[in-house]
Amino acid sequence: MDGFVSIRNLKKFYGEFCALKGINLDIAEGEVICIVGPSGSGKSTLIRCINRLEGFEDTSEIVVDGIPVMPGKSLAKVRAEVGMVFQSFNLFPHLTVRRNVMLAPSRVRGLSTTEATDRANFLLERVGISEQADKYPEHLSGGQQQRVAIARALAMEPRVMLFDEPTSALDPEMVGEVLDVMKDLAGTGVTMIVVTHEMGFARQVADRVIFMDGGEVIETGKPDEIFSNPQEPRTQNFLSAVLNH
Amino acid sequence: MEIIDTFFNVEVLLRTYPLMLKGLWITIKLGVVSIIAGLALGLVLALIRLYAAPPVQLLARIYIDVFRSLPLLVLLIIVYYALPFVGISMSSFWSAMLALTLVSGAYMAEIFRAGIQAIPKGQFEASQALGLGYRHMMVDVILPQAVKIVIPPLTNNSINVVKDTALASVVAMPDLLKQATQAQALAANPSPLILAAAIYVAILWPLVAAVSRMERRLGAGER
Repeated sequence: MDGFVSIRNLKKFYGEFCALKGINLDIAEGEVICIVGPSGSGKSTLIRCINRLEGFEDTSEIVVDGIPVMPGKSLAKVRAEVGMVFQSFNLFPHLTVRRNVMLAPSRVRGLSTTEATDRANFLLERVGISEQADKYPEHLSGGQQQRVAIARALAMEPRVMLFDEPTSALDPEMVGEVLDVMKDLAGTGVTMIVVTHEMGFARQVADRVIFMDGGEVIETGKPDEIFSNPQEPRTQNFLSAVLNH
Repeated sequence: MEIIDTFFNVEVLLRTYPLMLKGLWITIKLGVVSIIAGLALGLVLALIRLYAAPPVQLLARIYIDVFRSLPLLVLLIIVYYALPFVGISMSSFWSAMLALTLVSGAYMAEIFRAGIQAIPKGQFEASQALGLGYRHMMVDVILPQAVKIVIPPLTNNSINVVKDTALASVVAMPDLLKQATQAQALAANPSPLILAAAIYVAILWPLVAAVSRMERRLGAGER
């Protein structure tokens, strides 16, 4: 196993349909990866396998920081180390913003209320939401909700952060504020795996860009290589479709 | 005047009302205990039905369907008159409480299940992704939201439990209805029965109105 996150022969079926056709991928600690590609290419499925929100074939293997992503005790450890941000935020609507951030550290990490409160306040400050801490999620804009979701994931002090199209459900004017938080985060050394349609973000922030299509990794490389000089015809077609309009 | 003397006879009511109060107290005690036990049983059944191993799920499902098909009065009579034949005999209070709980638990289970299933998948996924275990996920995230949705139907079901306590008079439990029929026999006047009816309505009307209010508010919220 070479990577901090190591994926070997990852296969996933939905009935007869093969969503992932044997993915191999190694991700180094601290690396920022952007996964791009057309809808239905398996990008989201891939990152949802990393914390096993999606099950996968027994012959496939994913290891995060030396811990196999298998059902049972080790899965709890993996999930405590891997944070996730969803397209639709998925904040807990019955809890205030601060309580959303405090819940997992107090229940999973065993932090006292004071410690969890301090951590939540610090993180909400960091994502620029400290003034909304006592509000309920429904009273926040989409961009604010997504920043809270990032703070909530960070409260577990994860080694890896997964982002599943974090700006796709946002009004255009709110995309920037979320991407700014993610850019700051990329500078802190946390490993990030980002599924995104924001090519500008991928170009600017990613250490490596992965292009997926039809359940396979088609091409991978530095952002400059992928965006300026793609080798594969499918990558070329996709990029010319998303960049030239 | 004859109608008032027959149905609202003040003298009879004054004479019998201590008896009625005793009956009312038993009715309330039976209702509250059965509702609480039914809620607990219903929640456990709903969780088993949704998340247990498949064969156990099937058992919960059979239980729920059987006890929703069985008339409460039949169950009550079996518990009170048939179980003593196998050495299980309970007072009329506990017989009634058991029968009410077994049946209301089945209905409550279906209500809880509907509530849990109405919670978006993203709430479960976010909980799991944060590393919350099953117990914390349910207690801290899913159930608080699910219960809030199903408070109106749970209240409805609780109203039914209180109404059904009247069936316990069949197994000689001195509840409100039983005391009323006895008072009626003693006084040779039906006024106590009318009073009993009025008391049931007085207790339950506020709850019925509260459910309507909650349903109206939820309906308005959706729009």
